[in-house]
Amino acid sequence: MSLVASRDGYGSALVKLATDPEVIVVEADLGKSTKSQNFRKLLPERTISLGIAEQNMMLVSAGLATSGYKPFASTFAIFTERAFEQVRNGIARPNIPVHICGSHGGIHTGTDGSSAQSIEDLAIYRSLPNMVVMHPSDFNSTEQLTLQLAQTKSPSYTRTARNKTPVIYDEQAASNLKIGKGSILVEGNDVAIIACGVMVSRALEAAQNLEANGINATVVDMHTIKPLDGKLISQLAEKCGCFVTAEDHSVIGGLGGAVAEHLSEKCPSPLERIGVSDHFGQSGDGDELLEEYSMGASHIVAAAQRVMQRK
Amino acid sequence: MQPRWGTTVMSPENEMSEDYSSIDELLDTAKKCRRNIVQMVHRANAGHPGGSLSAIDILVALYKTRLNVDSSNPDDPERDRFIMSKGHASPAVYAILHEMGFLSEEDLSTYRVMGGVCQGHVDMKWTPGVDFSAGSLGMGLSFGLGTALAATLDDSPRTSYVMLGDGELQEGQVWEAAMAAVHHEVGNLKVFVDRNRIQNDDFCEKQMRMFDVAAKWGGFGWAVRECDGHNMNEIVEAIEWMDSVTDGPAVVVAHTIKGKGVSFMEDNPSFHGAAPNDDQLRVAMEELE
Repeated sequence: MSLVASRDGYGSALVKLATDPEVIVVEADLGKSTKSQNFRKLLPERTISLGIAEQNMMLVSAGLATSGYKPFASTFAIFTERAFEQVRNGIARPNIPVHICGSHGGIHTGTDGSSAQSIEDLAIYRSLPNMVVMHPSDFNSTEQLTLQLAQTKSPSYTRTARNKTPVIYDEQAASNLKIGKGSILVEGNDVAIIACGVMVSRALEAAQNLEANGINATVVDMHTIKPLDGKLISQLAEKCGCFVTAEDHSVIGGLGGAVAEHLSEKCPSPLERIGVSDHFGQSGDGDELLEEYSMGASHIVAAAQRVMQRK
Repeated sequence: MQPRWGTTVMSPENEMSEDYSSIDELLDTAKKCRRNIVQMVHRANAGHPGGSLSAIDILVALYKTRLNVDSSNPDDPERDRFIMSKGHASPAVYAILHEMGFLSEEDLSTYRVMGGVCQGHVDMKWTPGVDFSAGSLGMGLSFGLGTALAATLDDSPRTSYVMLGDGELQEGQVWEAAMAAVHHEVGNLKVFVDRNRIQNDDFCEKQMRMFDVAAKWGGFGWAVRECDGHNMNEIVEAIEWMDSVTDGPAVVVAHTIKGKGVSFMEDNPSFHGAAPNDDQLRVAMEELE
């Protein structure tokens, strides 16, 4: 299985978007890391670098967007949060289509340590009206969904991951993805595992382990956290009757929070949330940290077995 | 472009750059705007008269002599942009937009009223002719930098004008944008600082000393000039000067009086964000006859 970081999918999409004369890339010094440098090398005249100044980046992007451009602004997930009020008041509130990419999200970011490991970005951006919020799982899906953003009239936040993860979709499969539509990777009737980002490959591994124990799980890549594919969740409540969510994010307010809100209002069903349990991270290897914080495939398996008992 | 270290220039002695009649017209329009500002805030029993009255002479001069906007086509992509970063001074914006034909008398009466086009802070989604949704200080210069960069990419002559408050300069984002505008040699970005020396709680001097504001901009590499923000001749000339600067951003630090035109509001921190009562309104209207 080949391993590539989802941030490379973002960089690759920007290069493909270079043919759209309205697309413009905005950076706050970290283009080498977010991979926006791929676009800058190709089209320096349509790249605006603003130095280490995220608040300025957000509003410059808003100004560009109201003048007919499609700005793709990127930095680390954590530094987009430094400009949260700028995103709230300067982008989301006037509903200006600025596309923000936060790379290096989650505990899986690894050795940089807790200051860089955003575990709350999905929750805070999800709380803003008008925003689309995504966390794709691999190279090809990140590329595909980023390409679709160029045709989206809403402001958006997309989290990408720093470290390499398994490629889940080939190009053909990725071309069927749609913003706002959950992607079913495995079908089963016993339990539904809803995952996003780097946890999708772990959910797939968990489903294989469950199958060996005679349990058939559905696995959904819920790459779009907002708007949430509530229709799919309701169908799965009917079909499977219980859920596990898996995300490299706080269990508060992110994918687990969004699914819990939907279930409790529309189709009450037992739910177990795998994620960061209300604490900060630390330095370490990404995979090692996910195990340390009970977010590995074996933990998803155990959660599935627990939640099935609650049906 | 080389940074213009310490090139603060005081404007020359009251040289008349326009004929007297047009200056008189501007003064007349400014007075009408002042009356509307005070009436709007009184009617809403809330709002920010002080910073609206300090800014209005500059807005009148800019809209009447320079800004390329058209009330019959407020969203024209080729219009100049005016970005009121100190968004609480919205009554000043609504008053001049009324004079320019964007807003009716009736629209003005909706200031701070539910469903009205005149929101408490200027909002591009609610008001024709408003280019920027403000309310949080420190964001407008960045937005103006964005619209200016877009114009450059489009090879368009449209210009972005931004008004900042002096208290607002305490926000760090202003200086992020100031640095970037010089780095990118943005020649179609023009800024007015409404130097009225008062912010929400008290005089700026007490809240956060800012020393020589013009020198700060000069230190960042901006072309800088100062003027009397209530002297129409000086304002018109300052606008002509900033338009003549094309190799980088230009700023005019306009020395103003908070509450200008209404005696009891002038230089009075109490009228940063307070409405006049009925008696005070009567006095104000007499003074603005």
